[in-house]
Amino acid sequence: MGAGVIAAERGAASGADAGAGDVPALEARSLTLSWDGQTTVVDRISLTVASGEVVCLVGRSGCGKTTILHALSGLTRPLSGQVLLHGEDITGTPGHVSYMLQKDLLLPSRRIIDNVCLPMLLTGVPRAEARAKAEPLFERFGLAGTEEKWPAELSGGMRQRAAFMRTYLMGADVTLLDEPFSALDAITRVEVRRWFCDMARELGLSALVITHDVDEAVSMASRVYVLAGRPSEGEPSHVAGEVRVDHDAAGEGDFALTPEFLSAKREVLELLG
Amino acid sequence: MSCQQDTPRNAAAPRAGASRARRVLTPLLTVAGLLVVWELVVDLGIIPNFLLPTPVQVVQALVSDFSLIVSHAATTLVETAIGLLIGVALGFAIAVLMDRFEGFYLALQPLVTISQTIPTIAIAPLLVLWFGYGLAPKVILIVITTFFPITVSLISGFRSVDPDVIDLMRTMNASRWQIFRYAKLPAAADQFFSGLRISATYAIVGAVIAEWLGGNSGLGVYMTRVRKSFSYDRMFAVIIVISALSLGLMKLVDLLQRVCMPWKRAEGNKR
Repeated sequence: MGAGVIAAERGAASGADAGAGDVPALEARSLTLSWDGQTTVVDRISLTVASGEVVCLVGRSGCGKTTILHALSGLTRPLSGQVLLHGEDITGTPGHVSYMLQKDLLLPSRRIIDNVCLPMLLTGVPRAEARAKAEPLFERFGLAGTEEKWPAELSGGMRQRAAFMRTYLMGADVTLLDEPFSALDAITRVEVRRWFCDMARELGLSALVITHDVDEAVSMASRVYVLAGRPSEGEPSHVAGEVRVDHDAAGEGDFALTPEFLSAKREVLELLG
Repeated sequence: MSCQQDTPRNAAAPRAGASRARRVLTPLLTVAGLLVVWELVVDLGIIPNFLLPTPVQVVQALVSDFSLIVSHAATTLVETAIGLLIGVALGFAIAVLMDRFEGFYLALQPLVTISQTIPTIAIAPLLVLWFGYGLAPKVILIVITTFFPITVSLISGFRSVDPDVIDLMRTMNASRWQIFRYAKLPAAADQFFSGLRISATYAIVGAVIAEWLGGNSGLGVYMTRVRKSFSYDRMFAVIIVISALSLGLMKLVDLLQRVCMPWKRAEGNKR
């Protein structure tokens, strides 16, 4: 399905790294979205995700964040605007980007290994081949020993890791994550988030993460888009601004305790209004 | 994680064991008590024996007529098996079509419901009139009574799938058939087996009712004959056999469910 082409493009993009004129891995151009085809929920938003970059989209509950991800993943068609993957128009066609929904959505009737293999099985890869490809990754995703377990036997944090592994095994070039840690308790959430950030760096993931947690957004992303508006009260959401987070300037130690973190957080909160 | 779970479970274990013994003993003692009361009521002449046989007489009738009852039961079981298989297949097909095509759902929904309001006893003579005294009317009656629980349970099972799972699978470019196979079918399994358990008991009762109205062998035919000769002890004997067959069939469904749904055990252990 053109996976080779995408891989080549990814190579080219990271080769020419950080050049300002680069084609972004994912780009939304002036998307206008609605829930029912009439009322506008999101008004002409534009955003980009560069190759190997983790970007957060932060906004209040009910401001249309999930609606945006549904459109970016191709599940729904925007009223107007375009979604581009490496410059190629993928508006309204699913299957091009990996999408991790809010819940882990593991199939209760399949063992963990078959759950993570699902994207491969659906594209017609034989079961043995898919399993062979997934098996070596279990260790890396902190899931060693869970291969033959049923989802009901795993804790929430482990299930989330399995869901992330399944998302990774979709093999798409860009990953969308919808509040990936919101179902976890506070302590597990910090743990899994930290683990996720390490994995994202290690895998060179290009990801767009949506969250309503400002701390989470600032600690994860190199850029934060702030979404403002109240669609349920007739005021469509729009991008109120973009905040850059300089992780490198903060140096060693807990990023959440640095002045860089606080100033970025203040900026985001101001934009949220 | 496992050690955390072990502690409370072990602590509760002795109490669970004690209640298990009670769970078996209590109903057994109740049944035994009822049988003793029944025997006494007839022996003491409170109810005359020609109206109600004693449990001992019922057992004697069961033993003396056993080989005859077995041969009749074989006929009933064959009808039940054929009818149930066709009923399940039909119920499954209707459910899949109704789930897949909105038009089918709208067209068939009232018909399926109405088919269940027709009393079995009322339609059985018509079936005998149309299809004779052979296997056909019995099987048809069983099919009519068994497909409904299957269809209803499957449709609600298919609809119980989290729509987000379907969205997720769509982002993976899953086809309709793949969504059905990976998500909808397993999600409906639990309710399907509940429906099948009901259908299995309906099937035996349906067969017996159809046999009442005509035929050369079967438990219903045997029942009609012993009723006409006022052998109420044999009546009770055959009722016991019908109950036992229904129970056996339900157990068989339980076994089938355990084999088909290995993940159920993992979910059960968690609680």
